[in-house]
Amino acid sequence: MTINRRQFIRTGLLGAVALGVAARLAAPHPAPGFAASAADRQLIAALGRGMLGSLPATAPISLVDNTLAAIAGLPLASQAELRQLFDLLQQPLARMALGLRPAWPDASAEQVRATLDGWRYSRLTLLRSAYQGLHGLLYAGWYGDTASWAGMSYQLPASMKGLLNE
Amino acid sequence: MSKLPDLWQDGLAAGWKVTDASQGGPDLKLECDVVIVGSGAGGGMVAEQLSSAGLHVVLVEEGGLYSSRHFNLRESEAYPQLYQESANRLTADKGITILQGRTVGGSTTVNWTSCFRTPADTLAWWRSHHGLDAMQDAALQPWFEQAEARLNVGPWQTDPNVNNALLAQGCNKLGIPYSPIRRNVKGCWNLGYCGTGCATNAKQSMLVTTIPAALASGAQLLTRVRVQQLLLSPGRSHAEGIVGQALGPDGIQPSGRRVEVRARQVVLSAGAIGTPAVLLRSHAPDPYRLLGKRTFLHPVVMSGGLFRQRVEGYNGAPQSIFSDHFLHTQPLDGPLGYKLEVPPVHPLIMAATLPGNGPVHQRLLKNLPYWQVSLALMRDGFHPESVGGSVGLRSDGTPVLSYPLGAVEWEAARRALLKMAEIQFAAGARVVLPVHEDAGLATSWRQAQDMIRQLPMQILRTRVVSAHVMGGAMMSADERHGVVDQTGRHWQLDNVTVIDGSVFPTSIGANPQLSVYALALRAADALRRRL
Repeated sequence: MTINRRQFIRTGLLGAVALGVAARLAAPHPAPGFAASAADRQLIAALGRGMLGSLPATAPISLVDNTLAAIAGLPLASQAELRQLFDLLQQPLARMALGLRPAWPDASAEQVRATLDGWRYSRLTLLRSAYQGLHGLLYAGWYGDTASWAGMSYQLPASMKGLLNE
Repeated sequence: MSKLPDLWQDGLAAGWKVTDASQGGPDLKLECDVVIVGSGAGGGMVAEQLSSAGLHVVLVEEGGLYSSRHFNLRESEAYPQLYQESANRLTADKGITILQGRTVGGSTTVNWTSCFRTPADTLAWWRSHHGLDAMQDAALQPWFEQAEARLNVGPWQTDPNVNNALLAQGCNKLGIPYSPIRRNVKGCWNLGYCGTGCATNAKQSMLVTTIPAALASGAQLLTRVRVQQLLLSPGRSHAEGIVGQALGPDGIQPSGRRVEVRARQVVLSAGAIGTPAVLLRSHAPDPYRLLGKRTFLHPVVMSGGLFRQRVEGYNGAPQSIFSDHFLHTQPLDGPLGYKLEVPPVHPLIMAATLPGNGPVHQRLLKNLPYWQVSLALMRDGFHPESVGGSVGLRSDGTPVLSYPLGAVEWEAARRALLKMAEIQFAAGARVVLPVHEDAGLATSWRQAQDMIRQLPMQILRTRVVSAHVMGGAMMSADERHGVVDQTGRHWQLDNVTVIDGSVFPTSIGANPQLSVYALALRAADALRRRL
């Protein structure tokens, strides 16, 4: 049973990777770097729902903006890897092979989280690295934002009050 | 932005020669006596020494110029601006996250100010196992003293913050010896934001000490230049200078502007990933296949302890207490020893580092002020199976470090996670969370032991980080066993000197900045004499 499941995951993953590569090759002029699209924004919002759980009402917008800004600050090689991952996740067959049936915008937070947890504990380091990469980006996107600070009763040192230009 | 006085503003107004290459313009072509690649602990030290000796120095830095007026304590701005790869540099298999500076002053601009001389047992090992007969304690002492005097290294007179005090308290309960950490600060405000750039200029980093002094002596600083390679002579025995590419204002994409610096001497101070990368891209002679090999990281594992009282690990000097006890409980080349310290606990890095997701992770972060975090840095490079990593190049020429973690490292990681949990419970922790994806919250030492013994020790499950990159262009007593001699001079390139942590043949077994400073002063002196 375990072996069958693992074989399925492997085959599914290989197929998914192939699809992702095909999508990349089909793109007319791949820009250097990540070059975010509207679909990327939807995907980040969905991944954020699953990874972070429920956030204050205004958080999802800044989460998407902050995450894209963080990606744009990475070296080109990392941006290219993330581009591949995002292209892959946006392929319906690949997405299903990686554990999520509904399209990203339609998936519930619980469905996305279950998918992410599948990668988190996967035997394949490729899937674990995808999970950890998204974990780092999304948590940096939200907890780097001052809007998250009140929820942790965190603030900058009082002795710097008035000494920092905002 | 900090409104406190910024010596860079005055210096630039007074005519310091600083060129931000990202600002555009024609290709840059310069000539000088010495070109230094990298402005961190090695490059900063040597820049001051050689400029004050009357030599014309050009210092080339990949990062930008950010000084106290830019530092606003915000992680979301500091990491992309001041760190390599936005503080998320990863090893090839993505198993280890590396914190490394990329800004004027290099890692010294963002480090946590901990100062240790190279431990005597490390130097003894270098003499006995690597033939480094010049690495005598007495011979190095004046260089340590000079570095300490220059950077105001001294005992930290203020009480440790709660995060550090709890490490001391736990050690005390268990009879584990610990000591205070010396720091390179002057008039420190005890804020706790060393890692986002010191807004008060108290940290005696290269940014506020040696680099301003070098500029005042006429040195020139180029920022936002990624050095591609050495210009080698036809016989490949000599460097005629360096070529680099200016980066755009984003600090990432090359702008197309070419930078060439011709020099009598080239000093490589780009750090233990950057320096081997420059030599690899240059196809520098490497007859014994040692370049980029034996790169060490002091791999770090961490443990969180949740306390009833507020810890506020974001406030106060980040590191003021350490214990070397577990570096000495087995032979130097036995199971890996580890040094115990604590990291500062700021929201972004804590959120990105703690395991889990969803509501569970939200609860962890809601309690941010109550977390004490301990870290264990493993001493790599002594055990016969601890051979470190190797630096290679991606297809775009950027460096990548491969550092596979093996049984020796994982055994030490488990041992360290157990000990940190024990210490945290002894200090009164209500709950302990080993930083591992498969870990849960342990409410007793017994429960923690049962859990940690079962944890699968694998990359991307066990969180492993590093802030100390060392080796890759190691010193040796003869050309068959290293890349450079005991003063950093390249064995095959007669006017190329490596002055940074790349020259170490093993890890240091302590936070390495002071080791880099002292050996840099010594190497700079030898270089000055050769000129």
